Amino acid sequence: MRRLGATLAVTLAAALCLAAASDPAERLPDPTQEARARALFREVRCMVCQNESIADSEAGLAVDLRRLVRERIASGQDDAQVRGWLVDRYGEFVLLQPSFSWANLALWLAPLAVVIAGVLALAARLRRPVLPDAALTEAEARRLSDLLEGTDGHDPALKSSPDDPNA
Amino acid sequence: MITEFGAFALILALVLSLAQVLLSVLGRYRRSGLLAGAGEGAALAAFGALALAFAALVHAFVTSDFSVANVAANSHSEKPLLYRVSATWGSHEGSMLLWNLALTGFGAVLAGRGRDLPRDLKAVAVAVQGLIGSVFLAYTVLASNPFVRLADPPVEGRSLNPLLQDPALAIHPPFLYAGYVGMSVVFSLAVAALVEGRIDAAWARWVRPWTLAAWSFLTIGITLGAFWAYYELGWGGWWFWDPVENASFMPWLVATALLHSAVVTEKRGALPGWTVFLAITAFSFSMLGAFLVRSGVLTSVHAFAVDPTRGILLLGILLATAGSAFTLFAWRAPSLAAGGVFAPVSRESALVANNILLSAAALTVLLGTLFPLIREAVSGEAISVGAPYFNLTFAPLMAILCLLVPFGPLLAWKRGDLSPAFRALIPALVLGVLVGLAALWLLTPRKAFASLGLGLAAWLVVGALVEAAQRIRLFRAPLAESLRRFRGLPRGTWGTTLAHLGLGVFVLGACFETGWKLEAAQTLAPGQSLRVGAWELVLKDVRPVDGPNYEAETARISARRDGREVCALTPSRRFYTAGGQTTSEVAICTVNLSHLYVVLGERRSGPEGRGVWLVRGFWNPLALLIFIGPVIMALGGLVSLTDRRLRLAAGRRREIRP
Repeated sequence: MRRLGATLAVTLAAALCLAAASDPAERLPDPTQEARARALFREVRCMVCQNESIADSEAGLAVDLRRLVRERIASGQDDAQVRGWLVDRYGEFVLLQPSFSWANLALWLAPLAVVIAGVLALAARLRRPVLPDAALTEAEARRLSDLLEGTDGHDPALKSSPDDPNA
Repeated sequence: MITEFGAFALILALVLSLAQVLLSVLGRYRRSGLLAGAGEGAALAAFGALALAFAALVHAFVTSDFSVANVAANSHSEKPLLYRVSATWGSHEGSMLLWNLALTGFGAVLAGRGRDLPRDLKAVAVAVQGLIGSVFLAYTVLASNPFVRLADPPVEGRSLNPLLQDPALAIHPPFLYAGYVGMSVVFSLAVAALVEGRIDAAWARWVRPWTLAAWSFLTIGITLGAFWAYYELGWGGWWFWDPVENASFMPWLVATALLHSAVVTEKRGALPGWTVFLAITAFSFSMLGAFLVRSGVLTSVHAFAVDPTRGILLLGILLATAGSAFTLFAWRAPSLAAGGVFAPVSRESALVANNILLSAAALTVLLGTLFPLIREAVSGEAISVGAPYFNLTFAPLMAILCLLVPFGPLLAWKRGDLSPAFRALIPALVLGVLVGLAALWLLTPRKAFASLGLGLAAWLVVGALVEAAQRIRLFRAPLAESLRRFRGLPRGTWGTTLAHLGLGVFVLGACFETGWKLEAAQTLAPGQSLRVGAWELVLKDVRPVDGPNYEAETARISARRDGREVCALTPSRRFYTAGGQTTSEVAICTVNLSHLYVVLGERRSGPEGRGVWLVRGFWNPLALLIFIGPVIMALGGLVSLTDRRLRLAAGRRREIRP
C-alpha cells in the first residue's frame, strides 16, 4: 500500500511538473489531464509554423489548437479519439508521427531493410573463398611500408606486446 | 567601384576554374607535367580571385553600400559590425559565394599540397574539383550574383533576420560549409580513382585526412547550429529533426561511415568499392543539403526564401554531378579488387557493422526528410514526419551502434577474439549496468529509455577509457612503461579514443537533458516568484533598454536555491524596428554542467492593470555535455589529422633521398 502511495506521489509530481510548464492562462485544472494534453501537443504539428509542434509555438493557430485539444481531453476523450478528431479535421499532415499504413510502408520498413541487406551482404562477403591478395604491386607494397616507416601497418607501441589486437 | 571589382573577380574565378579543368585534363592525357602544373596554378589563382570577390562583398556589407541589391536586402546601417560581416553569408547569394570560396579553397589546397599523390590521379582529381567549382561558380555568376546593383538605391537596408544576428550563427555557416565542401575533395579523389581504375590502400590513405578535416568541421558546424537553436529559439530544445538540420546531418552520418570504411580499405585493402561509394555519397548529400535549403521545397526555420527556378537549377547541378559520378561508379565498380578476407569476428566486421548501422541511419534521416514530398507527389496527400518517427527508427539504430562501438577498437584485424575484448570491457559493462539501474531507481520521474541511454553513455565512456588503458597497458605494466607507451601511441589511436569518448559524453548529456528536464511557467509581477525544481526565480523588475538596432524589455531575475542567490539572470525580449520582428534573448545560468534557462515572455495585464510578464524557467540537467561531447569528437578528428602517418609528404621525401 505504501508502495502504491509512493508510486502515485511520484506520478503526480511528474504530472504536476509537466503541467506547470504550460502557459497558466491555458492550463487545465486537473494535472493528470493537463499532462496528457502536454504529451499530445508534442505530436501535433503547428501547421502555419515552420516545422514546429503546437507545444513549441506562440502562433495563434497553436494557441487555438492547444485550447481545442484541452477541451476534448477535459470532456473525457482519450488520446486516440483526440488524434482521430484532429486527423478528420486537418488530415494526416497534422500528426508529426506518420501512421503505420500501406502508403507509409517504405518509410517505416526502409531502416530495417537496409540493416537486413547489409547483414546479408556481410554474410556473403564472409563466405567468399580465399583469393590471393593482389591489391598491391610489389613496388607499391615497398613504398607503402616505406611510408609506414617500418611500423608494418600497426601501432609501433603495440608491436611487441603479446596481447596486441593488431598482431 | 570595389563591388564591380568583386563582380569581375567572381567571373575571373569562373574562367580560371574552367582553365583548371581544361589544363588538368590535357595534362593527364598528354602526360605533360607542365600542363598539369598549369592546371594546379589555375586552381590556386581561382581561389585567389574568389577570395578577392569575397572580400569585396564583405566590404560592401561593412560599409553598408545599399546600392548593392544583396546588401540592401540583408543589412542595415545600425547593425553591429560582427553582424554586418556575417550578413555577407546570411543570404542565399552571399552563402553561395562562401560555398564557392570553400570549394576553390579546398581545390587550391589539393593542387598545392597533394605532392605525394600519383601524377595522373592528381591531375584528374584537380580537374574534377575544377569542374565542380566551375558549375557552382557559373550558377552563382548567372543565377545568384551577389554583386547586382540597384538602379534606385534605398536609404536604409531591410536588415538581416534578427534570429540570425547572433555570434554562434555568425560563425556557424563557415564551419558548416568547410565541412560540406571539404567532402568535395573526397568526391574528386573518388572520381579520379574510378577514372584511373585503381582503388587501393594508398588511395584510402590519401582520402582519410580530407575526410577527417571535413568531418571535424561539419561536427563543429552542426554543434554550433544546435547550440544556436538551443539558446536563440527559446524553447530549450537543441535538435528538432527539422529538414535543414537533417540536411546537415546526412552528410555527417555518411562521412562518419566513410571515416571507418576508409580505415578498412587502408589497413586491409578491403571494401574499396564501398569506400568509394561512400566518398561519392558524402558530397552528394552535401549538395542535396544545399538544394533543400535553397529550393523552397521544404518548410523550415532555417531555409532561405528563394524562387523555384534557382531550386531547379541547383537540382540539375546535383543530379548531373552525383548522377555522373554514380554512373561512373556503376561502370567501374565491378572491376575493383575485393581485397583481403576476414573472419566474422574481426575489426573489419565491426567496422562493417558500424557502416551498416550508419547507412541505415542516414537513409532513415533521408526518408524522414523527403518522404512527405514523395507522398505528396504520388498521391497528393500531405503527411508530416517529425520527432516521433525518428525516436522510433533512428534512436534504436544508434542504440545498437553504441553497444558495438567499444568492441571495434579492441578486436584484431582479420581474425579477432571476442572473449579477451569482452573481458577487457567488463568494467565498462558493470558500470554501464549500474548507471542504468541507478538512474532507473533513483531519478524521478522514472524513465526506462532515458535510463537505458545513461547506461549506454557510461558503457561508451568507460569503454573508450578501457581501450586507451589497454593500449598503454595501464596497471598491468610498470607506470614508466605505460607512460612510454602513452607517448608512443599514434595520434590516430588517440583520435579514435577521443571521438568515441565524445560520443559517450554527448549521449550522457542528451539522455539526461531530454529525460529529466524540468519546466515551469507563470505570469509574474515584479516581486513574485516561480519555482523550477529546487530553484526559485524571483522577478525583480523589467526595464526598457535601447539596443543599437532594437528596443528591448529586460527583466532582472534572481535565481535562488535554498534561499541563497546563485545567479542574477537578465532575459529580455527584443523588438527589431527595421523588420518588425520580436525575439527573446534567453538567460542561461550554468551550474556545474547543467543549465538554468530562463525566458521572458510577453507582457500581460494583471490585477489592477499592473503589468505582469510570462516567465518560463527550465532546468536542463547536464545540458552542457550535449555541446561538449561533439566538440570532443571534433577534437578527436583533429588529433587524428596530426598523425605522423597521414603526413605523406614526409614519406615521399625519404623515398627520393637514397
